[in-house]
Amino acid sequence: MSQLIWNGLFVGSFYALVALGYSMVYGIIKLLNFAHGDIYMLGAFAGFAMLTVAGGLATSAGFVALLVVLVLAMLVTGTAGLILERVAYRPLRGAPRLSVLITAVGASFALEYGMRLVAGPNPEVYPVRLSGTTVHVLGARITLEQLALVGIAIALMAGLQYLVMGTSTGRAMRAISMDPKASLFMGINVNRVISRTFFIGSALAGAAGVMAGAYYGKIDFLMGFIIGLKAFTAAVIGGIGNIKGAMLGGLTLGMLESFGTAWLGGEWRDVFAFAFLILFLTVRPTGILGERVTERV
Amino acid sequence: MNALEIDGIDVHYGRVQALHGMSLRVGEGEIVAVLGNNGAGKTSTLSAVSGVVRPSAGTIHALGDDITKHNPWDIVERGVVHVPEGRRIFSRLTIHENLQLGGYLVRDQAVVNERIDRVYGLLPRLKERRGQQGGTLSGGEQQMLAVGRALVAGPKLLMLDEPSMGLAPLVVRQIMELIAQINSEGTSVLLVEQNARAALRIAHRAYVVESGATTLEGPAEELAGDSRIVDAYLGA
Repeated sequence: MSQLIWNGLFVGSFYALVALGYSMVYGIIKLLNFAHGDIYMLGAFAGFAMLTVAGGLATSAGFVALLVVLVLAMLVTGTAGLILERVAYRPLRGAPRLSVLITAVGASFALEYGMRLVAGPNPEVYPVRLSGTTVHVLGARITLEQLALVGIAIALMAGLQYLVMGTSTGRAMRAISMDPKASLFMGINVNRVISRTFFIGSALAGAAGVMAGAYYGKIDFLMGFIIGLKAFTAAVIGGIGNIKGAMLGGLTLGMLESFGTAWLGGEWRDVFAFAFLILFLTVRPTGILGERVTERV
Repeated sequence: MNALEIDGIDVHYGRVQALHGMSLRVGEGEIVAVLGNNGAGKTSTLSAVSGVVRPSAGTIHALGDDITKHNPWDIVERGVVHVPEGRRIFSRLTIHENLQLGGYLVRDQAVVNERIDRVYGLLPRLKERRGQQGGTLSGGEQQMLAVGRALVAGPKLLMLDEPSMGLAPLVVRQIMELIAQINSEGTSVLLVEQNARAALRIAHRAYVVESGATTLEGPAEELAGDSRIVDAYLGA
């Protein structure tokens, strides 16, 4: 039982990190950024490239090296997200939402098959494999690395929560998500704040990518596809556009999957996850924390 | 030096031309009212000044600088602040956060806090409810918040678009008193209104706008007695 909870928490924290970027971007420009999962993939590959170059250093220094690589990979994916917004989405600001959505799907394919050209179609083995000391907590078997990864995920989420709720940039993000035009009257450089949002969301996805690579040990150019959909599901479950909702949705989805697979078997995992997406979209499309949109004139 | 000089601007929305050679001037320390019916071009004029729409002809000078081609944030930074039609407060942010956003471009946080305190002094109702979401305020209080938010930016020229819209006469009077008070502390004001009576009561000068250009101009007392104004805008 506690093993199932722990597994759910662990996987859920990856989902939450990716879901955050999904949700932030949706919140600020009402775009479902289907390329977001591929930014996660890019993060995994950026980390892979750096660990490979660093070679023996990484395996000996282990966890510290992984942390450095994590930060660098976040910078890489953050920048990639920034460029993606500039090149693919900004020119379509004000275009019908369907056009932007299709562009996002196109951007997703471009990233996936661009990576296939660079890295080849075969899965790569991550040069850092985490399978260290195990501790037992309430009957659950937990490795110290897992514990550290969850710790990093929580720290990133706490940092984001502070940024969004406690800083001037975060206030501007929330203002734009409510009324972009009124934000202009405040003197907010709306494009700059949108760029920052993409940077932050993509950096979080990149972090999740490196962590997933290190944990699962294998990466490939399509790895972002399913997690992108899962993160979208998590964002919807929590209430899309809502930061706390994305975290809660990620953890909820992780738990649901963990218990679902225990009862029904591993092959039902994705069926289970997407059945919940459909369930939420039908029964409660605003998600757990989503607010009903009531506009007062 | 004038606070604002609009010189012969045209504004188009696609094929529709909203302004045809609009010109007007706000002297330093003045309250200038702009009167006119729906669709006359009042809001387009303010939007052109605040940089939200770009005029296709003519020039705009504010506080001595040519701002015709500036970005909205540069214009706010120069002290030209626009309180938009319909108030447009951020309804799911708290009152305090709304005020903080007014000072978004002010780098010194101490200055922002000091200005917010001044707004709370002017409008104690807002202080009592500082932690509540803006959307829970009444229409009149939301308008007060919208004006207060603009004050945190430290405006030298304050532009208000229909601040009296949809408000009870008593509340309109309070808003106009607030505007007059802000003006008496040195801020020039451009006041766009359909409620000509209320606007002329506090304005020094006024313009009448029809079909995208000014058609009449004069001191407020004079216009308030002008039979054309009385017939068209002050009614019986």
